[in-house]
Amino acid sequence: MSTHTFKLNGEKVTVEVEDDVRLLWVLRDVLKVTGPKYGCGINVCKACTSHINGKAFNPCSVQVKDIQADDEITTIEGLPGEVGKDLHPMQEAWLEEDVAQCGYCQPGQIMAAVALVNKVKAEGRAINDDDLDTIRNVCRCGTYVRIRKAIRAGAAKM
Amino acid sequence: MTIDRPPETEGMPSDRRRDISRRRFVGYLVAGATLTVAADLRLGTPAEAAVPSPPQIAALFDLEDLESTAALPTAGLIKITVHDDGSASFALPRAEVGQGITTSTAMIIAEELDLPVEKVQVSLAPARPELMFNQLTGGSNSTVSTYTPIRVAATIAKGALLKAAAIELGYAVGELTSKLGVISAPDGKSVTYGELATKAASATTTSTKVTLKPASSFSVVGTPRNRVDARDIITGKKQFTMDLQVPDALPTMLCRAPGLNGHPVELKNEDAILKMPGVTDVAVVETGVAVRAKTFGQCIDAVRAVEADFHDSVVGAADDEAVLGELRKAEIPLAVPKVPLLGLQVDTDFEFMFRSSAALETNCAIADVRYDSATIWSGLKSPIVAQGKIAEAIGLPQDKVTVHVVTGGGSFGHKLFHDPALEAARVSKAMGKPVKLMWHRVDEPRQGRMHPMATSRCRATMLGDQVLTFEQRHTSVATDFSHGLGEMLVATAADLPPGLVGVGLSQSIFLLTQDLPYNFGVVTQLLDETDTRFNTGSMRSIYSQDVACASELTVDLMARKAHKDPLAFRLANVKYPEVKAVLKKVAEVGNWGRTMEPGTAQGIAVHREYKGATAFLVEIDCRPETVHRKVRNGVTGPRVTKVVVAVDAGLVINPRGIEAQMMGAASDGIGLALTNSTHLKDGHFLEASWDNYFYTREWNAPFEFECVVMPSDSNQPGGVGEAGVPASFAAVACAYARATGTTPRRFPINHDTLSFDVKPYVPSLPESPTDGLSHTY
Repeated sequence: MSTHTFKLNGEKVTVEVEDDVRLLWVLRDVLKVTGPKYGCGINVCKACTSHINGKAFNPCSVQVKDIQADDEITTIEGLPGEVGKDLHPMQEAWLEEDVAQCGYCQPGQIMAAVALVNKVKAEGRAINDDDLDTIRNVCRCGTYVRIRKAIRAGAAKM
Repeated sequence: MTIDRPPETEGMPSDRRRDISRRRFVGYLVAGATLTVAADLRLGTPAEAAVPSPPQIAALFDLEDLESTAALPTAGLIKITVHDDGSASFALPRAEVGQGITTSTAMIIAEELDLPVEKVQVSLAPARPELMFNQLTGGSNSTVSTYTPIRVAATIAKGALLKAAAIELGYAVGELTSKLGVISAPDGKSVTYGELATKAASATTTSTKVTLKPASSFSVVGTPRNRVDARDIITGKKQFTMDLQVPDALPTMLCRAPGLNGHPVELKNEDAILKMPGVTDVAVVETGVAVRAKTFGQCIDAVRAVEADFHDSVVGAADDEAVLGELRKAEIPLAVPKVPLLGLQVDTDFEFMFRSSAALETNCAIADVRYDSATIWSGLKSPIVAQGKIAEAIGLPQDKVTVHVVTGGGSFGHKLFHDPALEAARVSKAMGKPVKLMWHRVDEPRQGRMHPMATSRCRATMLGDQVLTFEQRHTSVATDFSHGLGEMLVATAADLPPGLVGVGLSQSIFLLTQDLPYNFGVVTQLLDETDTRFNTGSMRSIYSQDVACASELTVDLMARKAHKDPLAFRLANVKYPEVKAVLKKVAEVGNWGRTMEPGTAQGIAVHREYKGATAFLVEIDCRPETVHRKVRNGVTGPRVTKVVVAVDAGLVINPRGIEAQMMGAASDGIGLALTNSTHLKDGHFLEASWDNYFYTREWNAPFEFECVVMPSDSNQPGGVGEAGVPASFAAVACAYARATGTTPRRFPINHDTLSFDVKPYVPSLPESPTDGLSHTY
């Protein structure tokens, strides 16, 4: 067991846990932050997608020892904090389009969508179908069409 | 989305319509601190009794009727309570797994109570054995069977509120008006439901009669509504089973056998496992070696370290072809002679491979088993059956087992079974501690429930463009119905149509769901099942998705023989007006027959079930540059570029919810036709995760989607959770056949190409990667 410190959703947290435990379980089982979901544990389904220093990543595939004290981890719970509002524009778009069905994959979908839009914007262009096709998050309810619509709407407001 | 408003239909005769508008219903004012009302679920749709020939059984008495009939002897009441904060609450005896029934139920209550939808809280009832068969979520029956009872209860509540308001405001009930939770008198004075909740409460339980308001006065029901749980979902607040914090219920996982359903024989390194970081307990149960630890990550590490002997696979070294061989042996001969004296014959033969019905939330449950009682939390669509089986397994009376129904992260038929809840109870008992048990993703396609492999053969005889006979013989690996639908059928045997007596459970369910919507002369559709070795279940529409894919592809071939356009041929032979209407609508909106590039095509298909009809029109791109596009660890292939749906779902509660279900059905149909299946080899399934099991992904999704919700003259809602899948699958298959000029025989079309490297079986789980930080974006 060792002590690990990092920033989570804007606040400094310290946990006592073995070095090699993947961050997803530190978040869910130790810190009880359950927005990021388990869907595969091997960085395939993307249900746990969160942000590290503003970029999308999958905490199921990162050991807690690899997180530095000044790293800022954002889960869906902290996403509105990135823009200092009650809801991030992407979350608002998700509500507008009524994307979710069972809802299990949706926190990961939203976190992935925000990172994708930020990346495309940084490249100085508008999001297109090819960009949307690169999203790897699985939705077993099959909400893909509404996800595409919501990302376009959310991007317009970001 | 387009919503066609239903025309005024009062007094319009229709065999689909059951006129309940003038009937009076009995409900109850229940003794309580605040206003509590109840109704009996027996108020659900009454079933038709007589089954004349020649229509197929399902045309007059279908699975919806079976489930509604099964509700008849139920003594249990469902209750709505109005609270002193002005809200109303209702514990729905069904499971929400993404289909949106908590939203549609809140809408129904809000409609009858004149409350804002936000002020209606719909939770999920725990297992209530007194409800008998009335707590099974399946067959898209939830709203069909609960619509009327919920309305009756809410109408009684509204009446009681008005009565209390009349005393309070000094006016007669008839002079009062209610709006959004406030009752107003002509002099402008008003009183809120919250202020009336205690005053309207009854000291005793009394029965009362009500007449329901006509559908023409609805203002909430029938209007598009977003999900009531949408905000909780998008903020991460919505709690699934694994998100619940039950004291001391630590993460628990199992090391399962390398071969299908192999039981553990011996654990060889218990001491070493117990010494691993975070591990608290190890126990050997029927389904594997269970480890409990501080985190799931440490469970995965411990499972990987387990050294154990297991029994061999229950299917020996069988593979796909061997199972298919068994199916071929079990096939029933077609009755019509192969060479008709006159005219044409169309013979088809299709194969449908195994498919995993796993949801994105893997099998999971929390169990706290004590010596004298047990508590279970899980997403369960048949919680009473689960309660009984768990009680039996852990040796407790059924009433000592509390089963909480948790909102599920998808089901697709998977949650009709209680495998993880039973397993969690066994593990909790063995360890003597509460457990939060979760299956690894790898375990789902390898050891979890799947949609059975099947063959479907059709033979049609035609004279000119007239169809004389249509036979379909569906042969399937046995579907497990032990989740409660079987018991339901046995219990209602006396009420079933004579055609079902003595044909067996699976055949009965098959006959209750199949109704070919065409006038094709003598029509017979029969099922034969064999091979009970597999872990099966029905994945979103039981047999219908495969049966419809086979029959609709055959219809396209018949049209070709008759030198007719697929739509024109269907319209010329269609049996029901609502089926004709959805076909015409989808063709019009989807611009059927438009000129398409070579290698691309449209496909059209229709299905009638769940008290409704659904037509899909899809466009597919099978050009090489599309088929061969590359996605890392993904399957691309042909792309469905556009999907148009027209759905008649009976009386519409929430058109936005119906559209959502059709969208999901489109994704399912694309996967079923093109990409998703499991492969059996050497006695085990090869697939282990989403990089092996190719459910529709964003790169397979259509660019355009449109759903038209049709007007309906029905007073009853139909089922929508599964309704879209059969026509969606069939339309994609038909489009593929038209684009390529080749009718596929085996589905999904990519099954014969293994598109991944098989993950090891020992250790049973893969290690979680550690390189996540090199894949950020």
